[in-house]
Amino acid sequence: MRNTVKLSLHIPDAPARPGEKPNFSYLQIPEAGSVRCPDVATSPAEMRDLAYDLIRVLDWDHRAVGPWNPRLAPETLRRVLKLMVIDRIFEDRMFRAQRQGKTSFYMRGLGEEAIAMAHAFAVTAKDMCFTSYRQQGLLIARGCPIIEMMNQVYSNAGDKQHGVQMPLHYSFPEYGYFAMSGNLATQVSQAVGWAMASAYRGGDKIAVAFVGDGATAEGDFHAGMLFASVYRAPVIISISNNQWAISMCQAIAGGEQTTFASRGLGVGLPALRVDGNDFLASYAAVQWAAERARSNLGATVIEFVTYRGHSHSTSDDPTRYRPADDYAAWPLGDPIDRLKRHLTALGEWSEDQHAAYEAKAAEEVRALQAQAENIGTLEAGKHPNPEVLFENVFEQPDWRHKLQRQELGV
Amino acid sequence: MNMVQALNSALDVMMAKDPNVLTFGEDVGYFGGVFRVTEGLQKKYGKTRCFDAPISELGIVGVGIGMAVNGLRPVVEIQFADYIYPAYDQLVSEAARIRYRSVGGYTAPITVRSPYGGGIFGGETHSQSPEALFTHVAGLKTVIPSTPYDAKGLLISAIEANDPVMFFEPKRLYNGPFDGHHERPAVPWSQHPASEVPEGHYTVPLGKAAVVRKGEAVTLLCYGTMVHVARSAAEESGIDAEILDLRTLVPLDLEAIVASVRKTGRCVIVHEATETGGYGGELVALVQKHCFYHLEAPVERVCGFDTPYPHGFEWEYFIGPARVATAMRRVLEG
Ligand SMILES: Cc1ncc(C[n+]2csc(CCOP(=O)(O)OP(=O)(O)O)c2C)c(N)n1
Ligand SMILES: [Mg+2]
Repeated sequence: MRNTVKLSLHIPDAPARPGEKPNFSYLQIPEAGSVRCPDVATSPAEMRDLAYDLIRVLDWDHRAVGPWNPRLAPETLRRVLKLMVIDRIFEDRMFRAQRQGKTSFYMRGLGEEAIAMAHAFAVTAKDMCFTSYRQQGLLIARGCPIIEMMNQVYSNAGDKQHGVQMPLHYSFPEYGYFAMSGNLATQVSQAVGWAMASAYRGGDKIAVAFVGDGATAEGDFHAGMLFASVYRAPVIISISNNQWAISMCQAIAGGEQTTFASRGLGVGLPALRVDGNDFLASYAAVQWAAERARSNLGATVIEFVTYRGHSHSTSDDPTRYRPADDYAAWPLGDPIDRLKRHLTALGEWSEDQHAAYEAKAAEEVRALQAQAENIGTLEAGKHPNPEVLFENVFEQPDWRHKLQRQELGV
Repeated sequence: MNMVQALNSALDVMMAKDPNVLTFGEDVGYFGGVFRVTEGLQKKYGKTRCFDAPISELGIVGVGIGMAVNGLRPVVEIQFADYIYPAYDQLVSEAARIRYRSVGGYTAPITVRSPYGGGIFGGETHSQSPEALFTHVAGLKTVIPSTPYDAKGLLISAIEANDPVMFFEPKRLYNGPFDGHHERPAVPWSQHPASEVPEGHYTVPLGKAAVVRKGEAVTLLCYGTMVHVARSAAEESGIDAEILDLRTLVPLDLEAIVASVRKTGRCVIVHEATETGGYGGELVALVQKHCFYHLEAPVERVCGFDTPYPHGFEWEYFIGPARVATAMRRVLEG
């Protein structure tokens, strides 16, 4: 047998690199309201189409349309909008704080605010969110004092994690926020186990695992989905497909030939693909998956199609690997802007109100930041006593920790 | 009881006592595990408390960690220690550090059981002793029993511990106290005093070594199958060795080690695991630091050769009493 063509190796590349025009022709965007909304009890085999479609509620005229419209009260939407504004300001300030040498590292979730907010409103603080690092909006929405988050970012004396963990690797049991790991995707199987424990106990809590498009390539993501399917765990596996994994486009993670949502289909899980910059669609999708989980019908995979508006972290310059105006050309827009326009179209908000709120929120966040910095930043001010570094390795320190603590002289 | 029955009894006792204890792994449910350690538990406690898992070690451990975070006390079985590597990241980066990174806000008291060690013609994929890969990790406890009595008491302690515990079961000891004399007929546990295992709940504390033979001439530090090999080495060579069964490597009973080596002035460390970077190196460092002025000779190690485990050369590779006796003689002459 002879080959009919010469073999060649395919290496996917980004649709546009620096100096080129942004190109999102790979993204098919259906009209808002065009995707069906099946009953949650529908067999996964009968809703596979949802893994390849794109659920959208806000149309180009900023109206909420179609079967996924969650019909939230304007009052709720205003709260969401305000929280997203605070979230964005908070992140902007923390990023700048790193630039000013006040902390070691930061990663912004610019453009992805609606995804965390959708979860904050569709699942409770008693449920458990196993996050990655662009979901701090969950904490803000649940009333975590922003100063506590800042203290964590600064590893100062007010940091409840005693300065042992990198910035934004938060742990907040009281807000259903699991201790974030820097190892990508490890949280997926853990969330599944947490959810299985809830079912084992006959409880009513569910879990959420967040994972990036890039990190879906990890074994943990696949093992997690498999266990979730096998044991019908009450868990939501939420993929934030922000098109990038540091400098690698989503095609490198396997987004060129199929969707990330469709990963769930292979293990028999229902999967939704949603406009992640549309808060209403995102909320509706999480709500739907949460209802399935709470009805003992098992897990759901959701892909949120979004865009990483900023650099990956404080350590990279995105203009080195993507067009400088890529984000501006992103066809699904900005989540805050879209919700603002929707509320404005409803007559429930205005540009003036928005500008006034932004100014007020900026002032509040700035004041909190001053308070946090008054306690300390990574380099200056008050820090936890170093003796804490020997605590919590085990429930009780063993002789090594006692000796090593003496050696450090604390 | 043999060691399999003793381990089964530990699980039985704990599952009866605490509804948060459950066990799962490959072939663990209906069948009761390839070594039968979970036999009868599914029947007795139901499918939700003893069940089969997909062949995904990382999934088994990751899911177990999540359960532990949510208040359960999962005991997961990794079918052979040789297959634990897919779960390594979950153990090293997650189980070991969840308490630390959350400042005690979250804990992961999972117990990971795994048949371990050589002497069964298991070749490179059913004979390994990877304990040093775990003792090296801050935040994991590592336990290796050598008798049915200890196996049950230590497993109960491991399950009750609020920290993650690696529990390695020397599989060559499941059915009898093997001393390395492969040419002799296998001896069952029934003739050994440590096969007297109480039916109910008892514990053997983590972090306490056992002096299994008192002696004056040299201290033998060992654990797992090597405890039995060491005992035969002492008896057959006529050397009055003091044998310490470490039982837990982390936390380590440093006091017992120091007391014995200061008394004998000589020390030989025996383990199945490959020598380079093995736990024996750690023991050597501790002994020289804490007993230097009492030492009469260099500390010796008798360890697995630094090769993969060779199937057709089981008895060239597996440490027998003769190798241990030779090392003791060197140390006594030195
Ligand atoms: C196991 C592991 N491998 C690599 C890294 C380094 N790393 C951190 S974030 C990242 C990219 C992740 O991309 P994605 O999953 O798409 O998430 P995003 O940053 O876009 O939110 C990489 C490679 C890591 N933290 N963990
Ligand atoms: Mg990404």
